[in-house]
Amino acid sequence: MELGFYLSGLVAVLATVGLISGSSPVHAVVYLIVSLIAVALVFFALGAPFAGALEIIVYAGAIMVLFVFVVMMLNLRPEAKRDPLWQRPGYWLGPSLLALVLLVALVALIGDGQAGMTIDGELITARDIGLTLFGPWLIVVELAAILLLAALVTASHVGRRNKPRGNRNRGGTR
Amino acid sequence: MTGIPMEHGLILAVILFSLGLAGLMLRRSMLFVLMSLEVMLNAAALAFVVGSTAWNQPEGQAMFLLVITLAAAEASVGLALMIQLYQRFRSLELHEVSRMRG
Repeated sequence: MELGFYLSGLVAVLATVGLISGSSPVHAVVYLIVSLIAVALVFFALGAPFAGALEIIVYAGAIMVLFVFVVMMLNLRPEAKRDPLWQRPGYWLGPSLLALVLLVALVALIGDGQAGMTIDGELITARDIGLTLFGPWLIVVELAAILLLAALVTASHVGRRNKPRGNRNRGGTR
Repeated sequence: MTGIPMEHGLILAVILFSLGLAGLMLRRSMLFVLMSLEVMLNAAALAFVVGSTAWNQPEGQAMFLLVITLAAAEASVGLALMIQLYQRFRSLELHEVSRMRG
């Protein structure tokens, strides 16, 4: 269990570093899928198999397939030759420094917390989660349903395909 | 079996969150910005699950379900906006749309 946790965490961090430093869109999507599956293995190692299965099915299976479809549909090219800024340290030094300061601050806060709890890997089954979700947390399920409906309406309205000639004059003053 | 300290799980979540934030600030392409947002949401979900397993309570994983729903909604709207951006500007660079025009 411990070995699985630390190895999967290492894989997740390395895949995320590969994601934010790469230039090819398809490679980045595959790195993100590897990172999500590694996080799902972390969930399994922590004793949350339902969350791990949902992570694989919903995140890696549905959301990332959406990303892959969009990347394939737009036929994106690697941005290596038109992104020379990446080679300059002044370009990435500032944001990395800010993120590093945030990381150090958060780690120091967690270290100060003195929680002292250990995760012993006791299973939390889907039955417990379902009883919580459809008992006292029913309003959360309904809020999620409203959120998904709003996202569906927004995506189908924003993502419609315009006519290439017609959209120039639409909404304009001409 | 000694178990995993809760701090290690939280530190993993914090590392993933900081990496996602760095990617969000570094990249100019909208695809990478959306994927960095996914990484950050995923790190928040990991923190919820770590808390849930540390206290042996299922509420954190119910919250994880809500986070995953939010991530799905965000990804669908973001990808629809990205398709519109590509149709209008033939590019995914976010500095192309920094100019407001009707």
